[in-house]
Amino acid sequence: MSLTAYILGILAALLTLGLVIEMMRRKRMRERHAIWWLLAGTLALVIGVFPGILNWAAGLFGVGAPTNLVFFVSIAVLFLVCIQASSELTTLEDKTRSLAEHSVLLQLRVEELERRLGANGGDRSADTGSVPPAA
Amino acid sequence: MPTSLAQTLIVVPAFNEEAAVGAVVREIAATLPGVSVLVVDDGSADTTSVVAAEAGAEVARLPFNMGVGGAMRFGFKYALEHGFSNVIQIDADGQHDPSNVPALLAALEGADLVIGARFAGAGDYTVRGPRKWAMRMLSRTLSRTAGTQLSDTTSGFKASGPRAVALFASNYPAEYLGDTIEALVIAARAGCRIVQVPVVMRPRAAGVPSQNPIKAATYLGRAFLALGFALFRPIAPAERQLNPS
Repeated sequence: MSLTAYILGILAALLTLGLVIEMMRRKRMRERHAIWWLLAGTLALVIGVFPGILNWAAGLFGVGAPTNLVFFVSIAVLFLVCIQASSELTTLEDKTRSLAEHSVLLQLRVEELERRLGANGGDRSADTGSVPPAA
Repeated sequence: MPTSLAQTLIVVPAFNEEAAVGAVVREIAATLPGVSVLVVDDGSADTTSVVAAEAGAEVARLPFNMGVGGAMRFGFKYALEHGFSNVIQIDADGQHDPSNVPALLAALEGADLVIGARFAGAGDYTVRGPRKWAMRMLSRTLSRTAGTQLSDTTSGFKASGPRAVALFASNYPAEYLGDTIEALVIAARAGCRIVQVPVVMRPRAAGVPSQNPIKAATYLGRAFLALGFALFRPIAPAERQLNPS
């Protein structure tokens, strides 16, 4: 392996780790979502600095070409992250739906209150304008 | 009589139905005097909510489209919050005849969920080809799950008693076909008694149901996917009765 390839591997791992940590620092990414990226970045950095570990691990798992182990682990990590993202998306959709239901229930109660106020001769200058009050 | 009309909420899920919803609301009011009608405007882009309000219904406008299941779950939540015991779904396209409501309510005395079924003797509603086989297979599987003979499992014309309302307020599915097939499975597995009452369905006010074989096959696949997952899920718990103010 040439020196430039060695440096490139380490730089790429550092860049990934730096990006993830910076996003966590700015609260753009929560720990529970960042954990897989942190693990993958750290692994890439360790193997980038000590390429011998990769050869040793490939021998341990009986993988003929060490690069195949890299591909296998990378795909596994991407897979897990995607599944987690899909699951979180479903949770978010459920929460959005509940919030929408709740806001409509509240809107109906506000309109009912406004109607009663109007019936008592109260002055209603501002109307929501979304639904015309029943005559 | 516990299942009286005054304790019943008619929920009309409506998505872009400005042409039909006014007549449906007026017909319900004329056929069933004094009943409460809630039109759930499922994020329509047209004047559905205005037309429904002018016809005299209470209108809830969902901020975005959630499908029939989403609209109905809101209806069940509303019923719980306002102390209604029963919920009856009537579609906004005019397919369901409000004069069948007393028969559904009467059947609710001995059951938690009553389905207005098309193939149970009354009327001449027919479907052909793969769609018919799919519906037949679905009804056979669901009849076994529910422990009673169900011939029309995809009917939207349903009456829910207090137990089903509490269950559906938090568990009514929003997925495709969830409001029919999965809802039945949820109710059956939660121990609700399900019965069916024969009704006559009228032709839709506008549009024709498709008989395209590819669409029918897609329908069959999705229906069985929905059924499979519904049978595989953990049993749903019912929501507590809410008592505001």
